[in-house]
Amino acid sequence: MLHTVNKSSFERNSLQSCLNAIDDTSVILLIEDGVISAANNANSSMLSDLAAQGRVYALQGDVDARGISSKIADNIKLVDYAGFVDLVVEHGTAVSWV
Amino acid sequence: MATKKFMYLNRKASYGTVYAIESLEVVLIAAAFEQDVSLAFIDDGVYQIVEGQNTDGIGMKNFSKTFHALGDYDINKLYVSAESLEERGLTADDLMPLVYEDEDDDWEEKPSVKVVSNAELSKIMSDQDVCLSF
Repeated sequence: MLHTVNKSSFERNSLQSCLNAIDDTSVILLIEDGVISAANNANSSMLSDLAAQGRVYALQGDVDARGISSKIADNIKLVDYAGFVDLVVEHGTAVSWV
Repeated sequence: MATKKFMYLNRKASYGTVYAIESLEVVLIAAAFEQDVSLAFIDDGVYQIVEGQNTDGIGMKNFSKTFHALGDYDINKLYVSAESLEERGLTADDLMPLVYEDEDDDWEEKPSVKVVSNAELSKIMSDQDVCLSF
């Protein structure tokens, strides 16, 4: 499954809810204000564990818009919109944690 | 018209919701009415004035450039929460170098952005006539 999170973890608990519900094979894509959770200090240990397994992505355009491209935590993979589509195709069912 | 002290509290990042740009619109309106305006950036609002925003990839207007115009509207009191910056791994160096020209000091360029503690900010807030939160 593909889980998208579009809220900052400083503002809402959507990312935490997603992390609580995610299985061993799903991946997370951070979009819109969700990319704030991809920045170093905003990163939870659960998210960095998943990132170390190559299962966390962030949308490049949203990262650039917020001026935080130099702050993205290790192992989080940046994708463009085409990469977003690839993730949807690859992982089938998508859940949007709005 | 009497002048009042207006403070705008900016608490959200720029592009995920409309709060940031709406706040900026209202700030400019207050400035047009020659009110005493200050801005505070707290929580994710600090991302509004991070340097190097590039919105080419999301098809939205990069309105961060508008903050550079505030000095020309005599808006030169931009307070940023030190605690909010620190929580997010940001420092004053990550922020846009916003300035204004001080007419009382031979138009010398001076910084508009001031990083303050939450305690200082609450004092500044209590000194206002109106606080609007976005």
